[in-house]
Amino acid sequence: MSSLSGATAIVGIGATEFSKESGRSELQLGCEAVTAAIADAGLEPGDVDGLVTFTAESSSEIHIARNVGIGDLTFFSRVGYGGGAAAGTVAHAAAAIHAGLADVVVCWRSFNERSGERYGLGQANRPMDTNADRAAYSWMTPFGLSTPAQWVAMFAQRYMHEYGATSEDFGRISVIDRARAATNPKAHFYGRPITLEEHQASRWIAEPLHLLDCCQETDGGQALVLVSAERAKDLPQKPAYVVGAAQGSGEDQHMMTSYYRPDISGIPEMGLVGRQLWEQSGLSAADMDAAILYDHFTPFVLAQLEELGFCGRGEASDFIRSGALELDGAVPLNTHGGQLGEAYLHGMNGIAEAVRLVRGTSVNQPKAVDNVVVTAGTGVPTSGVVLGAR
Amino acid sequence: MSATYEERLNAWVGKQLVRPTPAADPVNVPMIRHWVEALDVANPVHLDVEAAHATGRGDVVAPASMIQAWIMRGYAKTVRPQAGADDPYAEFIALLNEGGYTSVVATDSDFEFMRELVPGDHVSADESVESISPEKTTGLGAGRFVTTVKTYRDASGEVLATQKWRTLRFKPKAAAQAEPEKPQALRPRAAINLDNQFWFEAAKEHRLVIQRCTACQTLRHPVGPQCPHCQSFDWDTVEASGRATLYSFTVAHHPRHPAFDYPLVIAVVELEEGTRLITNLVGIAPEDAVIGMPLELEWLDADADLTLPVFRAASAAGEEN
Ligand SMILES: [Zn+2]
Repeated sequence: MSSLSGATAIVGIGATEFSKESGRSELQLGCEAVTAAIADAGLEPGDVDGLVTFTAESSSEIHIARNVGIGDLTFFSRVGYGGGAAAGTVAHAAAAIHAGLADVVVCWRSFNERSGERYGLGQANRPMDTNADRAAYSWMTPFGLSTPAQWVAMFAQRYMHEYGATSEDFGRISVIDRARAATNPKAHFYGRPITLEEHQASRWIAEPLHLLDCCQETDGGQALVLVSAERAKDLPQKPAYVVGAAQGSGEDQHMMTSYYRPDISGIPEMGLVGRQLWEQSGLSAADMDAAILYDHFTPFVLAQLEELGFCGRGEASDFIRSGALELDGAVPLNTHGGQLGEAYLHGMNGIAEAVRLVRGTSVNQPKAVDNVVVTAGTGVPTSGVVLGAR
Repeated sequence: MSATYEERLNAWVGKQLVRPTPAADPVNVPMIRHWVEALDVANPVHLDVEAAHATGRGDVVAPASMIQAWIMRGYAKTVRPQAGADDPYAEFIALLNEGGYTSVVATDSDFEFMRELVPGDHVSADESVESISPEKTTGLGAGRFVTTVKTYRDASGEVLATQKWRTLRFKPKAAAQAEPEKPQALRPRAAINLDNQFWFEAAKEHRLVIQRCTACQTLRHPVGPQCPHCQSFDWDTVEASGRATLYSFTVAHHPRHPAFDYPLVIAVVELEEGTRLITNLVGIAPEDAVIGMPLELEWLDADADLTLPVFRAASAAGEEN
């Protein structure tokens, strides 16, 4: 019998009226149902730390969270395949709670299936209503703010203003990545290191971001096989144990444009991931023997160093200049060359590199690596893992 | 078989456009004095013989930058040009005109100076074609870069200076595109839904509104159906004063969307009321944008269906207006 059995229960229910034309947005219907269910359970929105819905849902978890006033989320998940997802959302929630990823998880689904986008009618006349994810772009694209580089640049400019960081501080990340890639035969930029001067001379993409602050684009694939620790003992490779694994969506989270928080010089969703990783593993940044930090754009590597506790707020520039991220430093960075140097595979190649570091088989193996932290995409609801040798 | 236009044009490479033409006057102190006074040249070696001697020169010297001045044709010939029967320069220009390259803009001028000019030097200059590029697409229109070399000599034939002179001879766009000008691309549309349409409709009326929870009075932006502080679904709006400060910005260069002019300054501004807004800065050069600078609202009627709030630098009299 699975230990999941009996481990969780449904304690609240809530719904809107059922009609042929609600006259409200799908997001509002979702907010109403979620709010009602929380009240039925005798809880407050702030007690909720997990959300599960359908991949077909038009409102992302972040829209529900920031409207209902849920705040931090440590677990959010979606289940695919249309109506087949319904019971699946409960399964995700139960598993998450059992595993300690969240304490209070709300599952929901809402739509204007009759007055809005009717599945039965196919793709004919699209109604004027637009989902919350699309509507969110209305605050950006009419002003020409439409690319990830521009979105990150807005944070970077403020970070420079608050902490006195410079473009060169960002550039040092590129230089490190390209130096590691230069000795990695699998890297796109194998044999092609860059200097800080070359970084500075590269053309503007979105000030303060130069071309060499932005990662490449790649065709490719990356897969990972996970088994239980028990089963891993019987396999030939040295296991890279999942010592910690966490998701994070911060308060007032937006997609790459969380410009409305009191402070935008950090990425608190990554801080949330970090705190969970350290709590789960009993480790801290100081225990990491290497770091694979998501580097689609260099400025957010600085923010990650701060959010994860490798250094204090605003100290990342000095930390990088200290040499700590070099191969012989305290915490070698992106030994495969990162996404700037090796390949852009949405961070999956970084997880593979962390596995190699634990096995001792990286082409840039710094030393014995007992623990390595790997992060996922920044500026969005994100995640991280700590892989270890124990 | 007659030569193609390309061949006729390329036949000019290496040919003399302007035969050696002597200056109207020799190098002289009065003209040097006019130049030095007009351009506020500080170096005394151009007029003060003692100063010139002190630097090892035998006499005062003309400013190097005057080299072109000595051989200028002068006012009369400029206002009443006399086309000579045998004028290679005029022939060359006629050939360019024939190809549609009727407009010109200077792009580069590189001088090399061999010796300084002293009063009494009699300068003459000739000009030859060094190269003619294939047709290039430029921001001004399709055109060819024409590089010529002017050689400045003294009376004995000694070379005083050379000048590489590059111009772009181009087909002006209006002439190149006889068809009516295409309308400018439209800015990306706002995705309007039940939650945000009130804001864009107010914008069309040139009102910048902020959503307000009627239960707890908290302002919020971007807009949403529910108040995250008290969970109320009841809301109204307040009108913003239009005063703001610059919170952050980026100067976008690449990629380019045809609706915008680049570099494009995109900003996050903090309204006086406390909420923030993504917008554009107008009338503020990228290098003049400074975080914290005061701004004021201006309306941009981008097209018939889209009106957007943008911000300019606050006028000093902003408080009184
Ligand atoms: Zn409220």
